[in-house]
Amino acid sequence: MLLDKSILVTGASSGIGYCTVRYCAELGANITLTSRNIDNLEVLRGKLSSSNNHITIAADLSKENDIIHLAEQVTQLDGLVLNAGVVKTMPLRYIKTEEIDTMLNINLKSSIVLINTLLKLKKLKRGSSICIISSISSIKPTPANSVYAASKGALNSFSRAIALELAPRGIRVNAVLPGFIKSEMTQKIADEELLSKHVQNYPLGRFGEPQDVANTIAFLLSDQTSWMTGNLINLDGGFSLK
Amino acid sequence: MEEKIIEELKDILEIQDQELSLVDNFKQFDNWDSIANISVIAMLDEDFGVLIPTEDFKRITTVQELIDEVKKRM
Repeated sequence: MLLDKSILVTGASSGIGYCTVRYCAELGANITLTSRNIDNLEVLRGKLSSSNNHITIAADLSKENDIIHLAEQVTQLDGLVLNAGVVKTMPLRYIKTEEIDTMLNINLKSSIVLINTLLKLKKLKRGSSICIISSISSIKPTPANSVYAASKGALNSFSRAIALELAPRGIRVNAVLPGFIKSEMTQKIADEELLSKHVQNYPLGRFGEPQDVANTIAFLLSDQTSWMTGNLINLDGGFSLK
Repeated sequence: MEEKIIEELKDILEIQDQELSLVDNFKQFDNWDSIANISVIAMLDEDFGVLIPTEDFKRITTVQELIDEVKKRM
């Protein structure tokens, strides 16, 4: 489905990001993996099928110079998966200014700057697909999650705006809004007792797995969705229905 | 410090017009939930520079135990 497509994945070292890398590689894509820790990325690259076709580039997306360096290093792309993100679950009155800055920088600004730079360098091919990983919290509020929700809500707006702007170039932009996905990041922020209560809010009876998101991302990156752009796709086991 | 912790607990539990004594189990009030839990941990970090790990915080029940834990970690 993704044979010989060149795809850049941010936040590639764990959870949704790495699962997406592994699955897209299985489907025949050549992946550029990026995250902060190059050693970790190299180990993961070694585990991929036909690892010679994949490359790793270390980048701290909170730093503009790293983003520019990343954009300069990558080949021309058929697909871009913007998955890097941070979350801090905290009631608003206890959020620190630096935590607000971090969430807005990583979750929103880094995506804007990376796409902006890739466009300047003409690294996004005609017909390429940008897949932005947002969150269901951007449209369905949960307590103690306001800044994260705001960062992802802004990402939704950005996604739709550039979908319109880039359509004449044949570049498609869609956002995926996952509900609770079992990953290292989400396991850190919730205990078992809380999770067993929370899962009752999911009509399909379970939380998501990284593979659920990877399936949707691969679909959006493929030519099967060549007429899809500007969509915000709920991927939440029905969570947002209640 | 004791007064400050009690006032902040009352604020988080939304019981400003009630008494909260040292022997009270603050986790048994109606408004205690996961958000109140996070709020107490964050309040202690912000106001006293004390970070109580979640596992340790689970064992604390009374206001006195909370104050003792903060003193121990200051």
